[in-house]
Amino acid sequence: MAGLTPQQHKMHPDPFPRKPWHSVLSVLVVVYLVYSINTMGLDWQRFIDGLGHADKLLDRMFPPNFSRWELLLEGLLESLEIAVISSAAGIFLSLFIGLLAARNFMPNWVSVPVRGFIAICRSFHPVIIAILFVKSVGFGALAGILTLIIATIGFIAKLFAEAIEEISFKQVEAIQATGANFISVILFSVMPQVFSRFIGFATYQFDSNLRNSTMVGIVGAGGLGGTLFSAFQRFDYDFVAAILITIIALILFWEFLSTLVRRIFQCRS
Amino acid sequence: MTAMQSYLDIKDLKKEYVQGTPILKGINFSIEQPGIIAIIGPSGTGKSTLLRCINRLVTPSSGNIIINSQDASNARGKMLRQLRRQVAMVFQEYNLVERLSVIENVLSGRLGYMSSWQAWRRQYSQHDINTAFELLAAVGLSDQANKRADSLSGGQRQRVGIARAVMQDPSIILADEPTSSLDPKTAVEIMSLLERFASEKNIPALVNMHDVKLAQRFATRIIGMSNGHIIYDGPPQDISDDILKEIYGGESWLD
Repeated sequence: MAGLTPQQHKMHPDPFPRKPWHSVLSVLVVVYLVYSINTMGLDWQRFIDGLGHADKLLDRMFPPNFSRWELLLEGLLESLEIAVISSAAGIFLSLFIGLLAARNFMPNWVSVPVRGFIAICRSFHPVIIAILFVKSVGFGALAGILTLIIATIGFIAKLFAEAIEEISFKQVEAIQATGANFISVILFSVMPQVFSRFIGFATYQFDSNLRNSTMVGIVGAGGLGGTLFSAFQRFDYDFVAAILITIIALILFWEFLSTLVRRIFQCRS
Repeated sequence: MTAMQSYLDIKDLKKEYVQGTPILKGINFSIEQPGIIAIIGPSGTGKSTLLRCINRLVTPSSGNIIINSQDASNARGKMLRQLRRQVAMVFQEYNLVERLSVIENVLSGRLGYMSSWQAWRRQYSQHDINTAFELLAAVGLSDQANKRADSLSGGQRQRVGIARAVMQDPSIILADEPTSSLDPKTAVEIMSLLERFASEKNIPALVNMHDVKLAQRFATRIIGMSNGHIIYDGPPQDISDDILKEIYGGESWLD
């Protein structure tokens, strides 16, 4: 049979030819890695010394000191408020921004600029955005809220847009064919297809906002981070430990809640 | 316009997706009688495009589509939506909104009559809700009302698709290969349902199909298309082997 018994073969080209630039690229990556380690002056001795310092730090952190619990609670509540307000506002805005960025619903002249806006929101780390907002609206929770709204849009709006781009257009056509207007088409053919994924994205984002809300305070944008930073500066390491434990408790509590939320919505959808 | 009330008039309809390669090359027909009108022809001959032009899921390149003495070919915005609700569509792959319940899918046929606020709040009139349940009973799915649409079988889904179409209270039903994804027995049941609703509502149902026998069994009129043209337009019993040869090409597939 042709191809199975050894015969005089016509020479076919190798479908998996070696590409020399692959090898060149790999060598370059390794060279750069070695170069970076050398310029940073990283060596084993520094690491060993560092461990000793960490030991001293841990010694001073334990036992954690909860005596200033009022300060701690105040910071915690402010962080929580920042996280809730920024998540609610950010997710709500992302619903619309995500739809405007979806290329299967919007013409290019809408989706391209909106995508650009989302990319800008995502291109800076929250700390940088927080510094900008602290400079422009002053110290306090407002700067933190605005920061996390931007961070939420940068992440969620993009995921929303991608979820909308992956839906089945057949269901959309069926609703269009009933004579429904644009908003009804979105409500009845797009939302049902993306809703449970949206819930998933939103709970992840709230999780991330919760953690970031304890961080923006370090640059003065309100919340527990401010308390943490000043405790560090005053070498109150036992209070630092108390704050860190509180943050861990907060995150674990949300982890528990979010599992619950997702279970509730999975039953429905 | 003819003396008789015409449900649908298609005049010199042309469509090309790509410049220079027309799919529809000048289609003319008008529909004056209710009942099932079958459009037969090989795949890729423009049957789907023709139906999708009529409710303007596709915009024709030129020609006129007159529905109840209004031209749909250039309609936009509100006028287009009002035309669409008179023209109900049944799809080959049912196109139900899978994550909504069966009864919500049926009720979605009313969306063309509702504001988006009413749609968002699910404010259907009591009359619409009653009609939806009656239609569901008529297609034999009363006990499935609250199930999710994606839990139904193909035949059941198409029944819901038909109920949704009738829910629109249309003046014409378009069905694009409604039985092609179904087994022969279910296909006959679906065609019977279409026939029944068409006669109860006294409206025409324009049905694309490639099963010639099924078309001859249910249709009161058959339109045969080939290569973007209408080759045959007349009663089902007058379709001869010669005409089928002309529509589908070749003859080895006949008997």
